[in-house]
Amino acid sequence: MIAIIKYNAGNISSVQNALIRLGYQSIITDNVNEILDADKIILPGVGEASSAMRHLKEKGLDQAILRATQPVLGICLGLQLMCDFTEEGNTKCLSIFNTQVKKFPPKDKVPHMGWNNFSEVKGELFKNAKGDVYYVHSYYAEVSKETVATCNYIQPFSSAMQKNNFYATQFHPEKSADVGEQILKNFCTL
Amino acid sequence: MLKKRIIPCLDIKDGRTVKGINFVGIRDAGDPIELAKRYVEQGADELVFLDITATIENRATLIELVKEIALEINIPFTVGGGISSVEDVSKLIKAGADKVSINSSAVKNPQLISAISKQFGSQCVVVAIDTKYEDNEWKVFVHGGRTPTPLKTVEWAKEIEQLGAGEILLTSMNNDGTKTGFAIDITNEVSQAVNIPIIASGGAGIKAHFKEVFENTAATGGLAASIFHYGEIPIPVLKDYLKTEKIEIR
Repeated sequence: MIAIIKYNAGNISSVQNALIRLGYQSIITDNVNEILDADKIILPGVGEASSAMRHLKEKGLDQAILRATQPVLGICLGLQLMCDFTEEGNTKCLSIFNTQVKKFPPKDKVPHMGWNNFSEVKGELFKNAKGDVYYVHSYYAEVSKETVATCNYIQPFSSAMQKNNFYATQFHPEKSADVGEQILKNFCTL
Repeated sequence: MLKKRIIPCLDIKDGRTVKGINFVGIRDAGDPIELAKRYVEQGADELVFLDITATIENRATLIELVKEIALEINIPFTVGGGISSVEDVSKLIKAGADKVSINSSAVKNPQLISAISKQFGSQCVVVAIDTKYEDNEWKVFVHGGRTPTPLKTVEWAKEIEQLGAGEILLTSMNNDGTKTGFAIDITNEVSQAVNIPIIASGGAGIKAHFKEVFENTAATGGLAASIFHYGEIPIPVLKDYLKTEKIEIR
């Protein structure tokens, strides 16, 4: 069973739909016990960081994520919330990754929206996954020790991060056609 | 490198793609889900569904359709037509739409753009502009192009960006349906004036028109309907051509 964390972020059902297509059972929940009992946890996310973080805290979901020992996957805003701090609403985040999240300077179109690559890939999340993936974000996580894939738009940023059982992608695997499905499948079979 | 997006647009009426579409190889040509799946297989980068009737009675049908599409499609999709409140958006997003496109209601009530953007994020708000060159200037039209407004296109685009739109879908009414190419001048002007992504729409007739719009404007997407529906330019053929022409394409 995969727990998809329910909070005030959009596109949660997209993640569940992708898991249904892959044949995995999932539950959308904000119940701490259900989350910690699951085999895998996904923190999806499209939304605004400060209100998302506030919502997680209100429900004790921040502590649940930090206590998790099973594989956890953060997607998009989920990745950013797993970092130390984001400029979006000047928000202190979960500090799983020792990285700052910053706003893209307006040197090109923002949001970074559309299909782009990922490179310098490390780790089992990307096994057999090659090609472009779908990004949509105005903030980016800086490249750090925990970066396992990078992308370059305006400047290099973390396309994916990993530390222990915590995995995260800035792009949306659930909206990234076959490549994204492979990455989700890799996560589900960790 | 960020790739340029090729976006087929499906017009929906009563939960079906509108008549006249004759997609070779698909039995039930009127089924938007079959068409959408076909486009995904062919490598479409995103899909846009426009509910052209958009009456209250059809709203429930549309929600059901969006749910079915969301289950089947593994690329982003936008739903538009008749959206006039945050509540409308909420229903569509819950059903699985990734973005919504608003047009007339944004002109009528610009605050709707910021309201949606605040609740769902700017990435989810596509503002569609139907524009026409008349009396020596590009102006904004609403109600499916039937009603002129006093708004000037570039000024309106800037306002939309300020209000929190994530993207602009710019359709030139002068070019739409003519197959003579996208409106390069206004697409370029708008894409230079704002810092959010622009999808060019209206006028695509041959492969070279996409090359032209990507080379001469800062548009990051090109949208078309009939040339894809009728199989005049299959998406894989278009993408191969653009790659040969050194345009960044997935």
